[in-house]
Amino acid sequence: MDSLFYLFQGFATAIEPANLIYAAVGVIIGTAVGVLPGIGPALTVALLLPVTFKLDPGGSIIMFAGIYYGGMYGGSTTAILLNTPGESASVVTALEGNKMARSGRGGPALATAAIGSFVAALIATIGLAFLAPMLVKVAVKFGPWDYFGLMLIAFVTVSATFGSSPLRGLTSLAFGLWLGLMGIDQLTGQARLTFGVPELLDGVEVTTLAVGLFAIGEALIVASRHLYKPEKPIPVKGSIWMSKDDWKRSWKPWLRGTVIGFPIGALPAGGAEIPTFLSYNVERKLSDKPEEFGHGAIEGVAGPEAANNASAAGTLVPLLTLGLPTSATAAVMLAGFQQYNIQPGPLLFTQHADLVWGLVASLFIANVMLLVLNLPLVGLWVRLLKIPLPWLYAGILVFASMGTIAANPSVVELLLLTGFGVIGFFMRKFDYPIAPAVVGLILGPLADSALRRSMQMSLGDPMILFQHWSSAIMIGIAVIALVAPFLFRGLSRFQQDED
Amino acid sequence: MRKLLKFCLVATIAVTGAYSLVHAQSLEVTITAPAGAGGGWDSASRSLQEVMMATGAAKSVQVVNVPGAGGTVGLAQFVGAAKGSPKQLLVAGITLVGASISNASPVDLTQVTPVARLTGDPLVIVVPKDSPIKTMADLKATIAKDVAKTIWVGGSAGGADHILAALVTKGSGQDPAKVNYVAYSGGGESLAAMLGGQATAGVSGYGEWEGQIKSGDLRALAISYPEPIAGIEAQPLKAQGFDIELVNWRGVFAGPGVEGKDLDAIKAAVEKTVKSDRWKEVLKTRGWTDYYAPSDEFKTFIGSETERVRAILTSIGLAN
Repeated sequence: MDSLFYLFQGFATAIEPANLIYAAVGVIIGTAVGVLPGIGPALTVALLLPVTFKLDPGGSIIMFAGIYYGGMYGGSTTAILLNTPGESASVVTALEGNKMARSGRGGPALATAAIGSFVAALIATIGLAFLAPMLVKVAVKFGPWDYFGLMLIAFVTVSATFGSSPLRGLTSLAFGLWLGLMGIDQLTGQARLTFGVPELLDGVEVTTLAVGLFAIGEALIVASRHLYKPEKPIPVKGSIWMSKDDWKRSWKPWLRGTVIGFPIGALPAGGAEIPTFLSYNVERKLSDKPEEFGHGAIEGVAGPEAANNASAAGTLVPLLTLGLPTSATAAVMLAGFQQYNIQPGPLLFTQHADLVWGLVASLFIANVMLLVLNLPLVGLWVRLLKIPLPWLYAGILVFASMGTIAANPSVVELLLLTGFGVIGFFMRKFDYPIAPAVVGLILGPLADSALRRSMQMSLGDPMILFQHWSSAIMIGIAVIALVAPFLFRGLSRFQQDED
Repeated sequence: MRKLLKFCLVATIAVTGAYSLVHAQSLEVTITAPAGAGGGWDSASRSLQEVMMATGAAKSVQVVNVPGAGGTVGLAQFVGAAKGSPKQLLVAGITLVGASISNASPVDLTQVTPVARLTGDPLVIVVPKDSPIKTMADLKATIAKDVAKTIWVGGSAGGADHILAALVTKGSGQDPAKVNYVAYSGGGESLAAMLGGQATAGVSGYGEWEGQIKSGDLRALAISYPEPIAGIEAQPLKAQGFDIELVNWRGVFAGPGVEGKDLDAIKAAVEKTVKSDRWKEVLKTRGWTDYYAPSDEFKTFIGSETERVRAILTSIGLAN
């Protein structure tokens, strides 16, 4: 029960007036920088970390938590309103969120994202407090073969989910996988598909692809349509708040998103992307109104946003218990700790328990602050959509290119962004889904190295994938997910014949 | 409506303003960190910036991050932009030597002007806590028995960790080309593989795994530093029958063709910085080992280190 005591002590520190101000400032700066597409929470924190160095450890960590959550929330806001995901984890949010915003339901979309994030963070924080030592033992046992199994599940569900036909989904996925091969191969250090361009040695940046395909492609499409038939700005229909029905449809996805996000986030190479994709698929399968998916289903925003936040709390499990930074953000957090000569690791909980629980408490406070500051602003954000379209999309183009250059000041990056924008335009024109391309780029390299690491450890014997029960089960699930729809279709046809 | 537009405009200006402040051109010195924010070169650059300004060695110092390809992207840009410039510095280390070679980069560190070697951290060789391997001699025997089944984990392919694994394999009388080295993107992921018991041995910077070594989750067999280090129980490889030393050093460089008075001014400023008490404090907080060498000595060192790394990378098949 020591942990509970420290947690309360942490809260006591976090709600001191000065610290509350730090949290508020952090949330505001974080949101402001986070709305720039291409600048996700990790980069926001890295850019603003020096600001926090001037404060005492407590205040610094609290402000830091504020910046982190602010950056995360800023990314979802642009994903929903402008179809411009600020980071890879909010790609899924853009899918349904933007459709909602365009049918005048931007307010409920933003609200379910904010409240869902809050609920997920709350539950995941409690999970962190009580499950961390247990969870981490399982997490390190996760070998490369297990990661490969997990990736297979993600690939199968994603390519089966998006697009008007599986072939189009797979084509888009293949494009993403091809982009994912570019750059220095992690296992051998050799360059692949870089065509002699040094900037390509690190591969294609996920945000560049996502912002190019989503935002720039969207702007081009709107512009091309505008030539013939000027579109009217989208009116806000109904309440900007969530209706009773919205609440009813949101709460289960919040909880399911949390359950998916937290454990995967705790895996050393789990990340935030896989849980958001999985959560989206789960919600689509379980929804009473699956036909709404692709046209603005609130479950498709509520679930992934909760999963995203829960996985963020999940990454703290290996960071605080093992000193394992498992995400870009966790790595930056590590830098923040080291500033105070604190080495996260197995001894952190015993040596600096006060600080750990202070951090947990301040993450919580930052979340509350975010909710308090941003829910009233939902109305203001939504009115952004009332801006005449030429203005709005010109603004999106400026923000998208600015965000990309801020993340990596290089001409090649800008050319890539433009090129992806044009590709995005044609993909839309010919009805190819965009999300699988982004998924391919994110998960392709991970699956590639997971498979090859497994083979390297087994000296080239592929049976290693089935010798571990965990990976065998996951590969089995992937195969079933791939075959089952065909089987069921055959089965129902059979039954119809009988009738 | 108009108010809202105004608000957006102001917000945009504020954000761009803040951004251009962060990236403003130097008044005095600009340090290029050829890596993203948060990594080793970045923190070395930022520490140097802080101490240079605190000690008055420079009036204003800016740090610019140019990440990419083990630092070769940043180096290429630096070689072009800093030619003859007395206002540009670069922080880099042994990883950049290896990356230039294995990426067949047209530029390498012999083309810039060495100013000073700053820090040098030991690498550590560890095994899982319940491994039957207790000493370097055990590890040597394991390697000799079956080099392919001895699975090493560590950082990126061709980096310092990989080089050390190859050297130890060679030192155990086996062909370094046969080393079974599984590369991970950083100390964090390879640590998970070590703790999960998926590998025979692992290599990383000592500081990165210090916590796990002290808590007994990993058993440290040896460090790669030439001499024992106070506070580190593991002994150097040299003391354990392996004629191997490998130090993860970092240093600071000026642009190509910087010489005479310009170079002297930079040397003096850097020397003032690293001789200060504030710098010693930084080394202690960051857990870095002092490995200072002045310009001339550093220059010779760069030449020999480049040749040595090239030879090792060629022997493991990562360079021609």
